[in-house]
Amino acid sequence: MNLHPPRTTRPGIVRYTWGQRVNHWLTAISFVLLALSGLAFFHPSFFFFTHVLGGPQWSRILHPWVGVFMFVCFLILAIRMWSANRWEANDTQWMKQLDDEVMNRDELMPPIGKYNPGQKLLFYVMVASLVLLLLTGIVIWRSIFGVYFPVPVHRVAVLIHSVTAFVLIAGIIVHIYAAIWVKGSIAAMLRGSVSHAWARHHHPGWYAQMTGRRIEDVRGEPIVDRTRG
Amino acid sequence: MSDQNIVMRSATTTPPPHARSHDIPVAKLIDVSKCIGCKACQTACSEWNNLEYTVGTNTGVYDNPHDLEANAWTVMRYFETEAETGPLKGNLDWTIRKDGCMHCAEPGCLKACPSPGAIVKYANGIVDFNSDNCIGCGYCVTGCPFNVPRLSESDHKAYKCTLCSDRVNVGLEPACVKTCPTGAIMFGSKVDMQEQAYERIVDLNERGYVNAGLYDPAGVGGTHVMYVLKDAKNPQNVHLPVDPSISPMVSLWKGLTKPLATFALGAVALGGFLHYVMVGPKDEPVDDDDMDPRVPDPETDPDAIREARREKHESGRAHDTPGRGA
Repeated sequence: MNLHPPRTTRPGIVRYTWGQRVNHWLTAISFVLLALSGLAFFHPSFFFFTHVLGGPQWSRILHPWVGVFMFVCFLILAIRMWSANRWEANDTQWMKQLDDEVMNRDELMPPIGKYNPGQKLLFYVMVASLVLLLLTGIVIWRSIFGVYFPVPVHRVAVLIHSVTAFVLIAGIIVHIYAAIWVKGSIAAMLRGSVSHAWARHHHPGWYAQMTGRRIEDVRGEPIVDRTRG
Repeated sequence: MSDQNIVMRSATTTPPPHARSHDIPVAKLIDVSKCIGCKACQTACSEWNNLEYTVGTNTGVYDNPHDLEANAWTVMRYFETEAETGPLKGNLDWTIRKDGCMHCAEPGCLKACPSPGAIVKYANGIVDFNSDNCIGCGYCVTGCPFNVPRLSESDHKAYKCTLCSDRVNVGLEPACVKTCPTGAIMFGSKVDMQEQAYERIVDLNERGYVNAGLYDPAGVGGTHVMYVLKDAKNPQNVHLPVDPSISPMVSLWKGLTKPLATFALGAVALGGFLHYVMVGPKDEPVDDDDMDPRVPDPETDPDAIREARREKHESGRAHDTPGRGA
C-alpha cells in the first residue's frame, strides 16, 4: 500500500491537522492494546495476546488504565469530529446505494461530505461502544471498584462489556479495511493531506466546501439519480 | 502433587491430563443439626492451611470474621430464628451453618476463569485454585453461584476452600472434618455421604423436623460439599440459594458468545480481505490532472480555466465522458 500522497504540482488539501492525527493514533494504539488483551480474557484461543501488555497479570492490571486513556483520547477526538459526522441530505441516498459503493461503482454515488454515511455510522457505533465500555469497565475493575458492585451487577456488566467490545472490534476491523481499501486514506491520517483528485472523487461535498466551488463543478459529471429508476 | 487426575481445567479447549482419574468422587457432609457452633473447624482450617485473618470488630453477631475472606476459607454463620418444625417449634432456634466452597460438579468459577489452568477440577470432584496461574481478574467471583471466592487485597489472587486437596490426595480427611467434636462434618465417598445423610434425615423426620433434607443442588450438577438441613425446603433461611445454577449471564458470556464472536471476528476480517481480492481497492482515477504534472492546474491556470469554461459551454449538458471534468 502506498503510504505517501501522490506527488502533484500543487499542495494537497489538509484533511487532518497534526493534532487530530496524534489524537487518532494515540486512540488507535491504545485500542489495539485493549482489543488484544481483552480478547485474551474472552477466549482461551487468544490468551497468548496477554503478552502484548507484559503477561497475564500485567494485562489484568494495565487493561483498565489503558481503557481510561483510550476513552479520554477518543472523547477529544469525538468532540473534534462531531460536527463533520452530522447526517446530511445525501447520506440516506448514499446508504441506499451501498452496493454501488462496495462494488466500486463510484461514479453512481451521490456527492457526500467530509465523511460518508458508513463512516458516520461507525462513528456513532464507536461513541456508543466507548461509553458502554467505560461504564461497564468501571464495574468490573475489581482492584479498585470491586467492593462497590454486587455480583449480579458484575454478571450483567461483564456480558455487556464483552458484547460491546465484540461490536467495536468488528467495527474497527471494517474501519481498518476501509482505510486499506480506499487508497490515500492511510496517507491522509499519517501525513495529513490528500490530493485534489482524492478529495474530489471520494468526498465531493467536502472538496467543494474546501475550494469554495459548487458540487456540480466538482463532479464534472452527471449524478445518476437511482430514485427515478 | 501429580496433576494427572484433572477432569476440568479453566480456559482450556483440549482434554486435561486425566489418565489417573479413576478416583471415587468424594464429598463432605455438613450436618447442620449436629453443629454446636464451636468454630473448631474454622480454627483447624486456619491451622492446617496456615491462614491468619485480621481481627475485626464485633457488630453484635457471633459470625467472626463476618464473611469469607481471602485468608478465611470457612466461616460459621449463625441464624437465630423461630423454629417452624421440630421439638423447638415456636421457640428460638439456633441454626449454624459452616459456609465455604461447595465444590460444584459444574463449577461456575471454572467456567468464568479466563486463565488456563488457574482453576481445575480433580476426578474426585474437588475444585481447586492454582494460584500460580491466577491473574486476579475476579471472574471466578462473578461466576460462582454461592458467592464464595475472595480476592486478596495484598496479592490480588483469588482464594477459597481447597477441600484440603493436599490432605485428601494422601488419604486424609479435610482438617475441619478431623477436628469437628460432634461429628457434624463427615467425609467420604459421595455415595456413602448421601446414604449417611438419608439415614440422618429419617431420624430428623422422626423427631419432628418434617422438612429435613439433603442440600445437594442439581442445578450445578450436585456438589461435593453437602448439607443436612433441618429445613431443606427453605435453604434461603440459612443464606443458601434455593435452586442454584450458573447464571444465564455467565453461561451466555462464557458459553455461546465465545465461539460465535470469535468466528464472527474472523469472518469480518476474512470478508474484508476477500473483498479486496475480488473487487479491488477504491482509487481516484489515475488519469486525473493531479497525477500529471504537465497538465496545468484547472483552478489556478487562467488558460485552463478559460478552456474549461469554453468546453463546458460547447458540450452543454451532454457529458458523455465519465472522466474528470477539466
